[in-house]
Amino acid sequence: MSTAPPAGPVIQVEHVTRTLHGEIPVTLVDDVSLQIERGEFVCVMGPSGSGKSSLLYLLGLLDLPTTGRVWVDGQDTSGFDDDRLADFRLSRLGYVFQFHFLLPEFSALDNVSLPIRKLGRLRADAIDARAAELLDRFGLQGHHHKRPSQLSGGQRQRVAIARALANDPLVILADEPTGNLDSAASANVRDMLRDLTRESDKSVVAVTHDASFAAASDRRIGIVDGRIDMDWRP
Amino acid sequence: MAITLDIALAHLTSRKRQTLVSVTGVVLGVAFFLAVSGLMRGSEADFLKRLVDSSPHITVYDEVRQGRVQPAALQWPEGAVAVRNVRPLRETRGIRGWRQRLAFVEALPGVRAAPVLADAAVITFAGRQQGVTLSGVVPEKMKHVTTIEEKMQEGSLDALAADPNGVVIGRGLADKFSLHTGSTLVVLAADGSSRSLRVVGIFRTGNAAYDENQAFVLLKRAQALLGRVNRVNRVIIQLSDPYAAQTLAQTIEAATGYKSVSWIEASEDLLSLLLVRNIIMYSVVAAILVVAAFGMYNTISTIVMEKTRDIAIMKSMGFHPRDLRRIFLLEGAIVGFSGSVLGGLLGLALMQALAQVEIRPPGVTEVVHLPIFWGGTQFAMAVAFAMLSCLTASYLPARRAGRLRPVDILRGAT
Repeated sequence: MSTAPPAGPVIQVEHVTRTLHGEIPVTLVDDVSLQIERGEFVCVMGPSGSGKSSLLYLLGLLDLPTTGRVWVDGQDTSGFDDDRLADFRLSRLGYVFQFHFLLPEFSALDNVSLPIRKLGRLRADAIDARAAELLDRFGLQGHHHKRPSQLSGGQRQRVAIARALANDPLVILADEPTGNLDSAASANVRDMLRDLTRESDKSVVAVTHDASFAAASDRRIGIVDGRIDMDWRP
Repeated sequence: MAITLDIALAHLTSRKRQTLVSVTGVVLGVAFFLAVSGLMRGSEADFLKRLVDSSPHITVYDEVRQGRVQPAALQWPEGAVAVRNVRPLRETRGIRGWRQRLAFVEALPGVRAAPVLADAAVITFAGRQQGVTLSGVVPEKMKHVTTIEEKMQEGSLDALAADPNGVVIGRGLADKFSLHTGSTLVVLAADGSSRSLRVVGIFRTGNAAYDENQAFVLLKRAQALLGRVNRVNRVIIQLSDPYAAQTLAQTIEAATGYKSVSWIEASEDLLSLLLVRNIIMYSVVAAILVVAAFGMYNTISTIVMEKTRDIAIMKSMGFHPRDLRRIFLLEGAIVGFSGSVLGGLLGLALMQALAQVEIRPPGVTEVVHLPIFWGGTQFAMAVAFAMLSCLTASYLPARRAGRLRPVDILRGAT
């Protein structure tokens, strides 16, 4: 196991294993090593229960590996405490989930501005301006003050993407971002995520079952039984 | 931090009904706390007022708790000196140098004092006799240390000053002997001397024994009649703060050497009874708030359970465990605070309503209102207790929210 973090990749994992301890221990991710480059649109595929979501949580610092190390933005995160990990997630990572997970009591605008306010780098007026700009970028003009329940599934997912981008992260981690959407909305979300990697050097790592999603990606990683089965750049 | 407050408020306002139930619980708890404690403390204060009014705050007697130490024993405290068979000098009993001692007592802050010469005497009228306590008083001073002036039904204490041969008696004695103001009666002292006095006032305290066995005359008259010229055997003291009586009595006793008994010392048994009553009262009203706190706990735990996804997303977004704890503690604090404010208002209204209640004790013609205590301390206590129970009730769910791991929730959700 090397100790010096390479400067290049935005996320790097080395020999990462995640085991759930219980009566019968379950290995979700089994000795995976991998690098996510800047500006890459990566698609993680695999059958249900193969461990792809678990791998995504490890890449996104939502879960800690049982063994192995995770570097994000060149920093070894293995010694980080909960607060440090939270700060890291806030400033460098963005998430999009299958279910939008917007806060139902808040408007679209407030949902997007929440992480910006939490980071606390911008002044109040600048926060709203940035949130509005992000929503507009994803075609949500006129929907700023609607609650999630007043938006369609596709619109909600676009708000979720806007929220993931709120603090200008290095990587967007998406777990089945189109799993709950019809094909038109799926294509829309897929193109948005891909465009992010084209227009900036943000990386996107998306777990998906969606073949058209995979077809649009730069790199496909196949997971079977917690191991990398395939790592292919078309 | 404003962001956590925003989220807390959003949680509470989005479940109006549950929030309302929680707030109502606290409101009722605080209001009942106030009403019950106001009533209990009011009745306690009323009881104490009667106790304190009917008896002097401090009475200085012409007695000593311990006999005087002999000069020889003072001179050689360690020596083998024993003075036996000491017989005190025979003298007219009373407080020595009472004018100086009275002046000393009156110079203390918040103190009003009156000299009294009280002794047993017999009142005879038309062949009937009644043993009484004859108190020689200075009306001007006596008025300020007792409530006797308020209890006068006929005449006044001041009439004694105008008529040196006047006597003020109680309603019980007046009725028994069919006396009126202007009637003449004879007072017999223990040594057999007697004097005719004219009734110039009749009081009624409600205490039957007192109303039958107490008579007031001018101090000079009592001194002459009882053969104790220039003596008083009691100094009655009234304080602006009755609760300072205990320490002040000790000060006076230390300074004058005469036995000084505070009303607190005289009615120790009743005071311990009141203490027990207060403990019972506060346990009962605190129980109401504890029940309210359970409602509160229920609401906040429900919110935490319903909000696990939101908690997961906030944590994955980068909220710290302490931010999540703060959100739910704030919800408890908001409910506690609004419940306290509304409960305070409702409590005031309840207390106002209770104060209007009229009761007529049997055998008494005057209408009595329920005594209510309006002090600020019970408001502070009610608010403090409400806030404490709300924060405690929200602490457990808040801690759970802080400990939730987003990945556990995400795994369950997808």
